[in-house]
Amino acid sequence: MAKSLGKEFTKGILKENPVLCLILGTCPTLAVTTAAVNAIGMGVAATLVLVCSNAVISAMRKIIPDKVRIPAYITIIAGFVTIVQMLVKAFAPSIDESLGIFLPLIVVNCIILGRAEMYASKNAVLPSIVDGLGMGVGFTAALLAMGIIREFFGTGCVFGIPITAGMIDPIIIFILPPGGFFVFGMLIALANKLTGNKKDPEELGCAACPMNKNCSKLSAKEGCEK
Amino acid sequence: MTKQLIAIFLAAILTENYVLNKFLGICPFLGVSKKVNTAVGMSAAVTFVMVLATAVTWPIYQYVLLPNDLAYLQTIVFILIIAALVQLVEIVLKKYMPPLYNSLGIYLPLITTNCAVLGVTMLVIEKGAADASFGYVQSLVNALGAGIGFLVAMVLFAGIRERMESCDIPQSLKGLPITLVAASLVAVSFLGFQGLVEGLLG
Repeated sequence: MAKSLGKEFTKGILKENPVLCLILGTCPTLAVTTAAVNAIGMGVAATLVLVCSNAVISAMRKIIPDKVRIPAYITIIAGFVTIVQMLVKAFAPSIDESLGIFLPLIVVNCIILGRAEMYASKNAVLPSIVDGLGMGVGFTAALLAMGIIREFFGTGCVFGIPITAGMIDPIIIFILPPGGFFVFGMLIALANKLTGNKKDPEELGCAACPMNKNCSKLSAKEGCEK
Repeated sequence: MTKQLIAIFLAAILTENYVLNKFLGICPFLGVSKKVNTAVGMSAAVTFVMVLATAVTWPIYQYVLLPNDLAYLQTIVFILIIAALVQLVEIVLKKYMPPLYNSLGIYLPLITTNCAVLGVTMLVIEKGAADASFGYVQSLVNALGAGIGFLVAMVLFAGIRERMESCDIPQSLKGLPITLVAASLVAVSFLGFQGLVEGLLG
């Protein structure tokens, strides 16, 4: 039992890292990683929502009718997002300011809905919590890596502590939007190289969506690009 | 008034481009921008839902949530409105406008969890709170501009990706990494618009 739980936990960090391998939750990954502190704030907020919503959805998986499960999941997730939003506003106003709109937007983060649909709706409460925690840590780790790289090159600091400032001029473009795309691309390339993942480029689009297997609407109408 | 509206519209397309500057709606941007025609279809559907969602959520926020001290329910109410709205639009289009449904319909279910739509409805509320002259009409124009900006980014990028198909790319960069690097270059070009709107109309 403990062993399998450990496996559930570590898969989110390495093998099925939501950001670098499953390519989910790209919007916050790109937007809030201008500084390492923001990355941690976003990661922790999303992990909290992920764990709570996974627990509740898993506990209610036998009660929620199949037909309305997606709206039900979204409502549960939105509820937790609101709670987290209020907590952050009260206890970490500076994080709230730097995350801005992306804090409420956790609600449409595909990692959370994806885990609800793929895992929590099929498994017991405890494994679902562990899965949420693992995925959350994986998400935070990827965000932190992006945040540190972008902050270091863009400002010469890490966590606001100057490292090369004054010696080397920072490359400001790294903290601007183009730098986000570039660093993210390079990180995925690195992940591909390390895992030897020969993922077909065609897998983007609907295939990358966690819902594609259940999305009868799309497959019936051939909405997905092949 | 007109000048303000034009400024909002242009700013939403160029300097505040939702995809390339605000990082909203990256998933469809990377997923559906492979061919120009699907990119146009998706963006048209997004624009349509954005304007409609803003048209509905703005009055609800200002006249129902705010007076009753329920502003903290914003996230939950907005996402439910958008989800219901997308379903409704799908049903109405299917019944009364089959040609439009055939061209936009397949993209509609994808839009519910598109952060650009929820993002625009929340950002206009934020802007309205900061600036009293930013009312209902301004919000709608902003939503329209955001949608058009999405379209511009998608179509530009689809063109680039079609070209990239025939390029020789290093193995580990194939697929998403090279797409992101290309997106980064497109974003650099959009940085060039900084200050353009103020310069033109200021």
